[in-house]
Amino acid sequence: MNIIRDVIKPISKGMKITLRHFLEPKDTVSYPEQRKEQFPRTRWRHVLLRYENGLERCIGCSLCAGACPVRCIYVEAAENTDEERYSPGERYAKRYEINLLRCIYCGYCQDACPTGAIVLREDYELADYTREAFIATKEMLLEPLPVRDEVAEAMAK
Amino acid sequence: MEKRVQEIVLRDSSTPAIPNLEIGGNVLVTRLDEIVNWARRNSIFPLTFGLACCAIEMMSTAAARFDLARFGMEVFRASPRQADLMIVAGRVSKKMAPVLRQIYDQMPAPKWVVSMGACASCGGIFNNYAIVQGVDQIVPVDVYVPGCPPSPDALIYALIKLQQKIRTQRLGMLLELKPRTEPLAIERGNGVQAITGEK
Repeated sequence: MNIIRDVIKPISKGMKITLRHFLEPKDTVSYPEQRKEQFPRTRWRHVLLRYENGLERCIGCSLCAGACPVRCIYVEAAENTDEERYSPGERYAKRYEINLLRCIYCGYCQDACPTGAIVLREDYELADYTREAFIATKEMLLEPLPVRDEVAEAMAK
Repeated sequence: MEKRVQEIVLRDSSTPAIPNLEIGGNVLVTRLDEIVNWARRNSIFPLTFGLACCAIEMMSTAAARFDLARFGMEVFRASPRQADLMIVAGRVSKKMAPVLRQIYDQMPAPKWVVSMGACASCGGIFNNYAIVQGVDQIVPVDVYVPGCPPSPDALIYALIKLQQKIRTQRLGMLLELKPRTEPLAIERGNGVQAITGEK
C-alpha cells in the first residue's frame, strides 16, 4: 500500500472541499435579528385599504368571500347614508372577518376585489396560542386613517 | 332552511401559559423554575412528524438557511420517547388521528404541540369527511401557525413563541394535565359557515 497515494492524497482532497465550503459566505439568515428579503408579491396577512381621503375601499360586495377556496371570509354589507358614510359606493362592509387560521393565503380575494380593497402584505408573524386570536375583524384588518399633512397643505396654499 | 351546526370541542393546551409570573413568592423554587425552563426551552427535541407538504418547510427550517440549531431544536427524533415537541406538519386524516394520539401519549411528560399550517390547525382547504378539522380535537395544541404552508421564518416565529410560553411555566403545573371538557369555542365568522352546511 502506498501511503501517499492511497491515504494522504484522497484525504487532503476531501479536506480541501471541506475547507472551501468552510470559507464560503454563510447562507444562514439569523431570523429574529435579521430578516429574509421578501419578494414584492409575497402574500401574507390581509390589509383592507382606504382611499386617500380616508374612505374605505371595500364596498361589501362579498366577491372575495365567493372567490375564497376555503370560505374563510365573512362579509356583511350595509347601506351607506349621507350621515354615516364609510365608502364612496352605495354599500360598505359592516362586518368583515377573516379566519386567518383557515386562510391559505392564495390571494384569490385580492384578484376578485373590484375596488382593490383587500391586499395581502408581508406580515408573516401570525402564530398565536389560541384559536380565537386568529379571527381578524374589520378593525384589525383596516389600514389606519391617513394622517393629514397640514404643513404640506399650508405650503400648497 | 335549517342549518346544521356541528359543535367542536376544543381542548385547552395541557401546558397553559401564565401571563405574569409572580416573582418574590417562593424564592427557592422560583430560581429552580428559571433554571429548568432555561434548560427546557433551549433544548427542545422535535418529533419527526411530517404528514404533508408542510413537512418540506419544516425540513427547510432545520436546514442551513434558517438553521433551527440556533435554538437548540435541530435534533429531530424519530422516537416519541426522546421527543419534547410534536410539530404536526400537514393534514391529519381521520385514519391518522389515533396514531397521532398514540404517539403523543408515548412522549414523556413535559411535551408541547405546534400545529403547523392551515390543515393541521383547522382543516384548511380539506373541509371533508376524511380530514380532522383541527388537530386540537385530538391533542392539546400550544401554538398554532397559519399559512399554507407557513414559511420557515413563520415556523421559527412560532417556536420562539413556544419558548416564551415555556419560560412562563412552573414546575408543578405540568403534572396537572387536565384537558378542558366543556365546549370552549366554536369557530366564529365564516369558520362556522365552513362547518355548517345547509340541509
